[in-house]
Amino acid sequence: MPATDDARRGNLKVYLGYAAGVGKTFQMLADGHAAAQRGDDVVVAYFEPHARPDTIGRAQGLETVPHGKIEYRGKTFEEMDTEAVLQRRPSIALVDELAHTNIPGSARTKRWEDVQVLLDAGIEVWTTMNVQHIESLNDQIWQITGIQVRETVPDGIVRQAAEIVAVDVTPDALLNRLKRGVVYKPEMVEKALTGFFKGSNLGALRELTLRQAAHEVDLRQSAYDETRAFQVPRISEARPSGATDIQPKERILIHITADPSTAMLIRRGRRVADYLHADCTALFVHGTPQLSQLPAEERQAVEKHLRFARSLQIETRILGGSDIAKTVVEFARHNQVTQIFVAQSRTRLRERLRGRNISEHIVRLAQDLQVTVVADRSRRQAS
Amino acid sequence: MRVSELPRPSPERLLRQAQAEENKQWGARLKIFLGYAPGVGKSYRMLDEARRRRERGEDVVVAALQSQQSGDLQALVQKLELVPPLQTPKGQTIDVEAVLRRSPQVCVIDPLAAQNPTGSRNSHRWQDVQELLRNGISVLTSVNLLHVEEYKEKVQAITGKDTTDTIPKSFLLAADDIVIVDVPTDLCLWRLGEKLTPAGISNFQERQLSELRELALLLTAEVVDAQLESYVHAHGIEPVFGAHERFLVCLTPHSNAPAMIESGERNKERFQGELYAVYVCEPGRSKRERATIRRYFGAAKKAGAATEVLESDDPISAIVEYARQKRITQIFIGHSAQNTWRDRFFGDPVLRLIRAAEGIDVRVFPH
Repeated sequence: MPATDDARRGNLKVYLGYAAGVGKTFQMLADGHAAAQRGDDVVVAYFEPHARPDTIGRAQGLETVPHGKIEYRGKTFEEMDTEAVLQRRPSIALVDELAHTNIPGSARTKRWEDVQVLLDAGIEVWTTMNVQHIESLNDQIWQITGIQVRETVPDGIVRQAAEIVAVDVTPDALLNRLKRGVVYKPEMVEKALTGFFKGSNLGALRELTLRQAAHEVDLRQSAYDETRAFQVPRISEARPSGATDIQPKERILIHITADPSTAMLIRRGRRVADYLHADCTALFVHGTPQLSQLPAEERQAVEKHLRFARSLQIETRILGGSDIAKTVVEFARHNQVTQIFVAQSRTRLRERLRGRNISEHIVRLAQDLQVTVVADRSRRQAS
Repeated sequence: MRVSELPRPSPERLLRQAQAEENKQWGARLKIFLGYAPGVGKSYRMLDEARRRRERGEDVVVAALQSQQSGDLQALVQKLELVPPLQTPKGQTIDVEAVLRRSPQVCVIDPLAAQNPTGSRNSHRWQDVQELLRNGISVLTSVNLLHVEEYKEKVQAITGKDTTDTIPKSFLLAADDIVIVDVPTDLCLWRLGEKLTPAGISNFQERQLSELRELALLLTAEVVDAQLESYVHAHGIEPVFGAHERFLVCLTPHSNAPAMIESGERNKERFQGELYAVYVCEPGRSKRERATIRRYFGAAKKAGAATEVLESDDPISAIVEYARQKRITQIFIGHSAQNTWRDRFFGDPVLRLIRAAEGIDVRVFPH
């Protein structure tokens, strides 16, 4: 949620696009000019040195804080000089590419961490990112494009933004720019056209971006309404009957295991919880008497999943119990959970006959609760 | 999936395709710039595109302009050729005749929603646009959410503004291209002469505008989804899952269908998604069971679901096949209060569906 509790913290504004070349940076710079015109102290804190000529033109007339230079393996790389921006203390800093990973040897690993430092210092930050860099959308992006995006930004960072702006362009216009060599160097164009920029991919990514932006706008309305106790009928949700729906708050429980599909399960659970305005908890149950008795490999996988859940602002719990499914279901009943999320674990028939499939066991046991079995979409993609 | 297995296209889509193809025969394309309110910068984006096209060698004219123009806009307009509007005692219209004579590649019309004075060639400006498209002239045009007929009431409820100049939503859906011009609400208000506020929603006016923003983003997403569907059908490729949530409720006489339908409706609203409900017709259902199913169908329709009765000896496969065709992302199924001989023989149908529904989430409801 936008930070309203600490007035001194800077605001964050994110320009969200569906692919490289849609014009995020261009629009950010154009709005930067408008802000400078109306009297704000605006600086460009980081700007891709290999930017497109049109975009470079747009940056002219705005003050730029010189980039830091970092030596790595005999080459010099440019990164944002966060300390220099702090010293300059503008009211608004424009920082391109929020999802960027800094060169080893930089003060912080990720650019979004640098941005946190600026925000903490009370500087307003405007930045750009593409939809595929939002952590919780990772699986959907994989499903659409078949490409696993590695540089992601935690949802919590995006959620802090006071404002998300959708930067839209038609896929035709984008493909045109690509073919004219405006987006990538000519040798990369062919590869892009058959990969990420494939016809139907762009439409699906675009739709996802628009829906995500609408969802982010919706969340900010709710946050505003809560702070003001401001009661307006939600026109976008109003029922024809005019009946206001008073629903008991939903509580979602995500069952964590060592299985790699858990990461996808966590993302899906987080997304559904966001849309339903539900509470979200993740639970791991170890069948061994002590957590430490788990095989090291399994323990590491589980710890990784629990860390990941916490990074998406999901509360985590660990319990011991010889009957894992039963422990999960009992925990759900005691904690007023309305929906349990489990992964569709693919087990061989032999294991199923021995009752090894915990997800199916949970479905059978929890007949008084809703259980959502989340599909492993990557498997279908791969097959 | 083979093309022959794809569901039959809806009449609206066929109409859209027919319209789009008619335009395409002549190579004419309609591109609409959609904004959520005045002041978002639609005209600027559009005229800037017109300028770039002209610089790239396209033959561009402007046939209608907003009466008030900022300095930035005037500078752009000066670089473009104008076909002056037709002046009549009752008001202005586009000079369609003159544009047709001039026969450019691209014609800019700002704004799209306008009523022509009585006695004009067409009663609405959007009909003028259709005429240009039919004659092979591409059109760039702009519209505000308020002026889309189906949104007029909603926008009015939020802002209190009214209009008589509207275009039908179907006109937007038939466009070759739609672009949303999105801008933070504070900047939008500032351009309209309000004083500056911190970014984000910080006052009542911005709260109202943000709701319009949400509606405009979702409308654009809807248009993009329709285009995607057409693309998928035209190319006979496997549908892309993921961007849009679609819920399928499986109705049976002994499951808690009312709870599933209610939840489906809530999910549809929250996710701005779509709702479907099916029943697989099985022989040997009692009169009472059939009456129950009819009642559930009525409830599902009222909740806004598209409903269908499937006929198959194998309910699980029928449901999964239907779900794939409709690009369903989540299937709702209920535990049954009654087990049949069939379930005892083949195993729990809920578990069988979970195993069969590869790539689709299954949500199991209590009975």
